[in-house]
Amino acid sequence: MAVRSDLRTFKNAAWLGWQMEANWTDPFLFVIYSIIKPIAGTLILVFMYLVITSGATNTLFFSYMYVGNAFYMYVADVLFGVTWVIHDDREHYMTLKQVYIAPISFYMYIFGRAAIRIAITSMGVFLTLLFGVLVLGVDINLAAVDWPLLALALVLGLACLCIMGLALGGISFLTAKHGQGINEGVAGVFYVLAGVIFPITILPGWAQTVSRLLPVTYWMEAVRRGLEPAVMAGLPGSTGLQSLSNLQLMLALLVSTVAFLFISLGIFKYADKVARRKGKIDWTTTY
Amino acid sequence: MEPAVETKKLTRVFNPKKKKEGASVRALNSVDLKIEKGELFGLLGPNGAGKTTLLKILSTLLLPTSGKAYVSGLDVEKDYVEVRKRINMVSGGEISGYGLLTVRENLWMFSQFYGIKSSIALERIDDMLGKFGMLDKKSEKVRTLSTGQRQKMNVIRGFVTDPQILFLDEPTLGLDVNASRTIRDFILDWVRKSERDKTVLLTTHYMAEADQLCDRVAIIDDGRILACDSPENLKKLVKSETTLRLDVTTMKDQRVLGTIPGVEKFTSTDDLENNITSLRFVLGDESAISDIVSGVAKGGSKILALRKTEPTLEDVFIKLVGKGFE
Ligand SMILES: Nc1ncnc2c1ncn2[C@@H]1O[C@H](COP(=O)(O)OP(=O)(O)O)[C@@H](O)[C@H]1O
Ligand SMILES: [Mg+2]
Repeated sequence: MAVRSDLRTFKNAAWLGWQMEANWTDPFLFVIYSIIKPIAGTLILVFMYLVITSGATNTLFFSYMYVGNAFYMYVADVLFGVTWVIHDDREHYMTLKQVYIAPISFYMYIFGRAAIRIAITSMGVFLTLLFGVLVLGVDINLAAVDWPLLALALVLGLACLCIMGLALGGISFLTAKHGQGINEGVAGVFYVLAGVIFPITILPGWAQTVSRLLPVTYWMEAVRRGLEPAVMAGLPGSTGLQSLSNLQLMLALLVSTVAFLFISLGIFKYADKVARRKGKIDWTTTY
Repeated sequence: MEPAVETKKLTRVFNPKKKKEGASVRALNSVDLKIEKGELFGLLGPNGAGKTTLLKILSTLLLPTSGKAYVSGLDVEKDYVEVRKRINMVSGGEISGYGLLTVRENLWMFSQFYGIKSSIALERIDDMLGKFGMLDKKSEKVRTLSTGQRQKMNVIRGFVTDPQILFLDEPTLGLDVNASRTIRDFILDWVRKSERDKTVLLTTHYMAEADQLCDRVAIIDDGRILACDSPENLKKLVKSETTLRLDVTTMKDQRVLGTIPGVEKFTSTDDLENNITSLRFVLGDESAISDIVSGVAKGGSKILALRKTEPTLEDVFIKLVGKGFE
């Protein structure tokens, strides 16, 4: 019964997300937001890379960086997306309280809405990778891809991002519209500490310790091992996680994901309680 | 059988964000209420009385500062998951809705959160859109609706999920006369035809609405319930008797009128210039009215105007609070 109700909520939320985000009434805007924007964002990074290294794009390190950057889109999108859903429902559509008092699992509502974001972001990630391979010579060889590893890493990693999004969603019950700072902070921490564009080994020792607590660090490594095994094998210097076997790596990802699940649920429940105590569910920002 | 709604010493205090911004507000002050299943119950009070605060607590949006609130015997603070299955809430002046969805889609989506079968939900939606005169809007995007239409859509949203207990916070706020009447008729019909299965708690600051619609009314001011009874009984609190005023063509012999049983006081003034006699009766018993009318006819006069003035809930409020509304 509860499972059926959760599935239904997930489906409805996903349907709603699709109606709202895949705004086909304006395909032009949709294409810009979901496809052109991510590629443009990537090009800025590529350009900076070229200026700094005054080098070429066909190095192993460039491929390492490019793939990390492409998958980081998921991190930013899911984390921002959940918070955005809550702010939008509350302040723009003013429907948050209606959804909130409905007899549904709010988690499922969030996950349903996030699923659509993930689907749309996936398109951006795919096109960015395609662009990298075709235009910039990023080293991805389809025959060499470790598909099972990649698939498992993607599933676990995206679940983990949704879970972290939940905690941020709870916090955004309590913050105003302009309270995006927390998300930017969290996303920024991951960008720097999780080995997105450079290996964590260039970080100071204490920062590396933090890196090893973050699931995203393991996720980045797993995705790269799956997608570009040759790059990972040939990279000069260490990514910091090379001593872990694939199995150990996935276990580390699983364990840190589960740990974050408990942390996130705790944060969400606490924030939910505070929101009810302070009456923030139907509260709108007044300037 | 447990009451639909019960509160015990329910209190809610709002603290200012910063200490220096002023004192805390006691929006609800030890409120005790009991609403039985099947009642159409009204909470009548001026702006700022605490009506919305009470409804927010009952609909699990807000926690009490102290005291208890139960819906269907369930504690709103602890058993909120169960409470939510049994309720819905609509706030008047509510212009919410997903602008990109059509009216029908928006209503359908909310019905799905309550596990209503799609076909039943759509049937209900079309039926209500029809009754609310909005059937032609069903495929329009929500963002194209006027505020009044959005408000009607939200009222429909409350009924579509078929709750056991529906909380309506000023459902007719700012609507025109016709729309208000449609909504009132619908509420009344919904409660009555359920045969004491459905309960509505509505708030209003329209005296007439509370009077006409509700089985019982609680008068709230400044976070306190001042009185709670049927509108008839509340009006008995102000012991002004029924007053009847009649304008008739000049009436020469008026003696008979003073002797009619049930007439407690009788005065008359003649306006010879306009050929009008104004009669004023204070009645202890309203059955005297027909005798008065036939008495006037026997006296050979024609009735030009007839007005009955009765105490209103406004009089009750003034008596209780010492000031009027607004
Ligand atoms: N979130 C809040 N923060 C501070 N004060 C509030 C808040 N909500 C309501 N109040 C105050 O509580 C009192 C009751 O408000 P409310 O329940 O909205 O009254 P009503 O619905 O009867 O007009 C008012 O004085 C109002 O200013
Ligand atoms: Mg109010």
